[in-house]
Amino acid sequence: MHGWSTAADPARDTGWSEAPARKGFFTDGSVCIGCKACEVACKEWNGIPEDGLQMLGMSYDNTGGLGASTWRHVAFIEQPRRPVGAGSLTPLPLVAATHGQEAGGDPGSGFKPDYSASAGASSGPQDTAAGSAETGIRWLMSSDVCKHCTHAACLDVCPTGALMRTEFGTVVVQDDVCNGCGYCIPACPFGVIDRREGPAGARNVGIAQKCTLCYDRLRDGMSPACAQACPTQSIQYGDLDELRARANHRVEELHAAGVADARLYGADPDDGIGGAGAFFLLLDEPEVYGLPPDPVVTTRDLPAMWRTAAIAGATLLAGAAAAFVKARS
Amino acid sequence: MAECHPVGFQWVMEAKARGATIIHVDPRFTRTSAVADLYLPVRAGSDIAFLGGIINYILTNEKYFREYVVSYTNAATIVSEDFQDADQLGGLFSGFDPKTGTYDTTSWAYEGMETAAAAGSRVVARREPPAQPGGSGHEFGGRGTALPHSEVRRDETLQDPFCVFQILRRHYARYTPEMVERICGVPPEQLAKVCEAVTANSGRERTTAWVYSVGWTQHSVGVQYIRGAAIIQLLLGNIGRPGGGILALRGHASIQGSTDIPTLFDLLPAYLPMPSASSNSNLAGYLAAIKSEGQKGFWTAADTYMVSLLKAWWGEAATQDNDFGFDWLPRINADHSNYQTIVNMLDDKVEGYFLLGQNPAVGSSNGKMQRLAMSHLKWLVVRDLNLIESAAFWKDGPEIATGEMHTEDIGTEVFFLPAAAHTEKDGTFTQTQRLLQWHHKAVDPPGDCRSELHFFFHLGRLLRERLETSALARDQPLLRLAWDYPMVDGDEPDAAAVLQEINGRHLSGDRAGQMLRSFVEMKADGSTSGGCWIYTGVYSDGVNQSARRKPGSQQSWVAPEWGWAWPMNRRILYNRASADPDGKPWSQRKAYVWWDEVAGSWTGHDIPDFQVNKAPSFRPEPGVGGPDGLAGDDPFIMQADGKAWLYAPSGLLDGPLPVHYEPLESPVRNAMHPQQANPTREMFPRRENLTSPSPPEPGSDVYPYVVTTYRLTEHHTAGGMSRWSPYLAELQPEFFCEVSPELAAERGLEHLGWATIVTARTAVEARVMVTDRVTPLVAGGRTIHQIGLPYHWGVGGGSAIVSGDSANDVMGVALDPNVHIQDSKAAACDIQPGRRPTGPALPRYVEEYRRRAGITAETGATRVTPREEGP
Amino acid sequence: MSIRTRVRQWPVLRQLTSADHLGRGTAVRSAHTEDLAPRTRTADRMVQSVCPYCAVGCGQRVYVKGERVIQIEGDPDSPISRGRLCPKGSASEQLVNGPGRVTTVKYRRPFGTDWEDLPIERAMEMIADRVLDARARNWEDADDEGNPLHRTLGIASLGGATLDNEENYLIKKLFTAIGVVQVENQARI
Repeated sequence: MHGWSTAADPARDTGWSEAPARKGFFTDGSVCIGCKACEVACKEWNGIPEDGLQMLGMSYDNTGGLGASTWRHVAFIEQPRRPVGAGSLTPLPLVAATHGQEAGGDPGSGFKPDYSASAGASSGPQDTAAGSAETGIRWLMSSDVCKHCTHAACLDVCPTGALMRTEFGTVVVQDDVCNGCGYCIPACPFGVIDRREGPAGARNVGIAQKCTLCYDRLRDGMSPACAQACPTQSIQYGDLDELRARANHRVEELHAAGVADARLYGADPDDGIGGAGAFFLLLDEPEVYGLPPDPVVTTRDLPAMWRTAAIAGATLLAGAAAAFVKARS
Repeated sequence: MAECHPVGFQWVMEAKARGATIIHVDPRFTRTSAVADLYLPVRAGSDIAFLGGIINYILTNEKYFREYVVSYTNAATIVSEDFQDADQLGGLFSGFDPKTGTYDTTSWAYEGMETAAAAGSRVVARREPPAQPGGSGHEFGGRGTALPHSEVRRDETLQDPFCVFQILRRHYARYTPEMVERICGVPPEQLAKVCEAVTANSGRERTTAWVYSVGWTQHSVGVQYIRGAAIIQLLLGNIGRPGGGILALRGHASIQGSTDIPTLFDLLPAYLPMPSASSNSNLAGYLAAIKSEGQKGFWTAADTYMVSLLKAWWGEAATQDNDFGFDWLPRINADHSNYQTIVNMLDDKVEGYFLLGQNPAVGSSNGKMQRLAMSHLKWLVVRDLNLIESAAFWKDGPEIATGEMHTEDIGTEVFFLPAAAHTEKDGTFTQTQRLLQWHHKAVDPPGDCRSELHFFFHLGRLLRERLETSALARDQPLLRLAWDYPMVDGDEPDAAAVLQEINGRHLSGDRAGQMLRSFVEMKADGSTSGGCWIYTGVYSDGVNQSARRKPGSQQSWVAPEWGWAWPMNRRILYNRASADPDGKPWSQRKAYVWWDEVAGSWTGHDIPDFQVNKAPSFRPEPGVGGPDGLAGDDPFIMQADGKAWLYAPSGLLDGPLPVHYEPLESPVRNAMHPQQANPTREMFPRRENLTSPSPPEPGSDVYPYVVTTYRLTEHHTAGGMSRWSPYLAELQPEFFCEVSPELAAERGLEHLGWATIVTARTAVEARVMVTDRVTPLVAGGRTIHQIGLPYHWGVGGGSAIVSGDSANDVMGVALDPNVHIQDSKAAACDIQPGRRPTGPALPRYVEEYRRRAGITAETGATRVTPREEGP
Repeated sequence: MSIRTRVRQWPVLRQLTSADHLGRGTAVRSAHTEDLAPRTRTADRMVQSVCPYCAVGCGQRVYVKGERVIQIEGDPDSPISRGRLCPKGSASEQLVNGPGRVTTVKYRRPFGTDWEDLPIERAMEMIADRVLDARARNWEDADDEGNPLHRTLGIASLGGATLDNEENYLIKKLFTAIGVVQVENQARI
């Protein structure tokens, strides 16, 4: 027996016999413009408090990372100038002082510049999808979010049933059930879920929090707030199968355009988390974006542990029953 | 565009996905650059040279769209032989008067029109001495200027040495790739890529669009930046066509609307000029200055527009006998624009000031001058959503901290009246593509919050009540004013009724009381009204067309049934030019409107911007003016000759063609001409608005770097609508400066440390962001370091969630002479590591810099650059 | 709640008796979760609006419940924005319900050191008095050559780019009628 199923239909595995097609996010970093509409739309819809007014100096990122009060986070990665043909940081090609003097003389001089020669010497504009081949700068941006893993460790370790797999195949925290024990926090291989520590008076302080993929909106057939807001469709919401097909096509397109670095992250059902419900198109190694290169569900060894824990579990069952009745009284 | 208009940018991304090439030219590498195919860093303030380099390429390599250029522009028109170009006169055009700093533009006229101009037509001659040098761009209103007639001489072979095309060739000959590199810091191979991309993507099958914002307008030569782009687009045939145009991305929800229905001193609604004191003594004189009977186009109907406006304002009281109340209009006779008014405040000439959703203490150039000026007011009314810095300058503004002002010495009485939000009132915004969209009221405003509609209606009511019995002549315009609007929700004026007044009505005859359908129904006899003729049609058939919301998915790609665009719901202006002279689409790919020979009318995807039954082959009888004087191949129906102007024979105060001048504060000498800066710029040389020296004056090395300002996605302008929002404040909490690693090394600046940026005005402190996105450039033989400052933060009031020094405090004020917009996109500064001095030490620190640079109030105020000794 | 119902809702029992043997889905769903619905569903009304920030003119849907704005999001019907909003547009709800928004009139008397409260009607009266006073004192009937001016330079106004067309229209109409010509807005800046 496995602690988790190998099938990519986690909703049915968790009792949703009438489950719709699994839903997810495809976040395409090649068209992200770093506007952070996702961060704000998420906070606004979900009533998440402001969580820090510090300038972090991580390019334009003053959010830092995902947490209890940040369910979408746009990473900004500045990759330095790589001057064409030069190894060091230098300004763009220097001007020979004589050029200007020539041009400043007879108004007729320079009337017929030979653009073709200079143009032929360099390559044309390259579609790098993000960044300019001319200056060598790349400014990568990508919006991170809970991965809604097929094999979700947070769900596995939650002792209260607060974490739940929904009919859409997503993973949500039930605010009214969570007791803030925090077991889920170290279990997440991405460091996504966290307990809200403040500010005082805010909703759900002391409760574990993370992206719900806007579970409430989904139930009315609406798109999650971030995906709805995203100006460039960098965040796409939909049926996971369709999103994966679309993402594969996009990678092929980018490869054909010469963007060899384009790759998907979290789209492989055979990876350590059984594939993510929210996956990404990246233009560099995952580490560059602050993502673990090979995430593995932290409860992978749970089946072996399960046997050992069975007896203890039976004891807990009785205790849990008592606690439940008490809590509802 | 991705930075400040992210949702509009979705269309750029979509175009890119379909194969469009995206080129971004900007001093800093932005979120737009990040997804562009090509990014070019450029020296701030050098774009005329950059654009000139492209024009040079187009002309030199014969890349222009000849048929379009010959048929639709004034390329073939012959200009007066008296015209002398800037090359011949060291950077000045013919007609410059160094005493006044202004041009007599007679010599710029089309051949044969010089005499008429000199005789006093509004075309070129100034009929009144400007109140101050360079300060009379307001006389032209906001329209194509008049011509005495449209009988121009043309050489359609484009060979005549005095035709516009040949003047253009000579003018741009010096804008070589080498010159562009020397001025802009853009290497020739980079420029070549832009030139090739732009020309390869123009012509019959393709179009190129140019997009700009205040990076182009906020210069003492800002109008000529746009003219540069216009010349490119006209040479390449990219105006009036889908995917073409020059797109101004405007920054406020209704900044287009506030230009159309102008809260601007020099305009009446719909680009009619405000009457001028000395030349517009009556309605006939006023109208004669706007248009002549002999010229072409729709400005000849200005009498119908103006009389309908006067009828909308004064109703029954406006009659033929009293010139429809024309004499009740106040007159202008000088620059009464924002910055001149601020200077007048400093001189105690202004008692009262209304701020309506603006925060000049943070958002206007030279913030200290703004705040000092407001301390001279007797009273100030601030209407805003939040308690902005401009309302609280007297309490804890920066000058209170430095001891330059003391709260108890400031006599300004301040009223802060909370405003209603967009969800709390009905009304229209006009967005950046001239589209009016109605927003519905959702809830009542809370507490004392009120709309401007409410405030101004009731202010007017109170004033009228107080003056009810007055017999004074000056009170009659107010007492006779049509000021009677139906109320909704208690005492809120009905915005729909106001929009109906703007649209206009038939006042007599069978259709009395009905809404006008089009401005062509307007009459000059008082039988129609209409508060803004270009908006006529927005209430056509009694229906609020601006409230139409047929989903985009249920209509054509032009989406004509979403909102309403002026004029006449046309989505692309001058779209007659999307077809060839014979009325056929230039290509099927770019078909937009075309002539249907069978039906005998223009048709297509949009409302044709042309008289719908006028055949392409139509030629008017000689001497016929007005709309009937337009030939079937005159697409530019608002121009006095029906053609687009590559060369502007009138209407501009600083030259008929763009010419490169250095910003007023520049680290380098003008490489093009001995003349350093725009000689016609409007200046305010005084203690509160000092300028640092530029070459050839000594002392410029004290402020060796270029500083520019800009916006970030996460904030909105001066922060009044974003720094009070926790979700936005946390995304960009602190004022920072962006510097290159090279400059950081040169000055010892540490990432995330502090830096002090000092100019001739003041010094501010900012957190340091060292980034490769800022690139040192080489221009004029030297390395140019540019420092970028987002300008969203301010100090004072204490209620904003985040605050910080204001970037605009370091910028000075010199204005473009045509439109009175300040040059706040390029200035000279120094930068030092560490925080700035505080208290009285700050002004001393700034003064020490000035002393070293030898700055006086007159520094930078010389109009004509003294000629240097030759080598 | 009866003990029988309570026991039936006990997640552990549901876990053991349902298809969700591991207690990660249906078995652990709380009543609160079961009832979860987007707040837009229960809104009293939705009105279509336009984003108040930049001039792109994105469509907004404003949801109201209990005479309070509870949600503002992009309007998918808009051919301009197709339902999307930038961070500022997405923060619009906070703009209108903002924690820092001042909803009462504030008054600072000449040489005063702090804000005072003032009834709005009183403020309107005081402003009207000051407008007439400044206008009378600074009225210019004609210039030195006798040309009519019919104006005052004693009063100025700045603003309009964030306002509605109808508001700008009344502002310009009223100011012109009382001879105020120094009327300006952000379009000049």
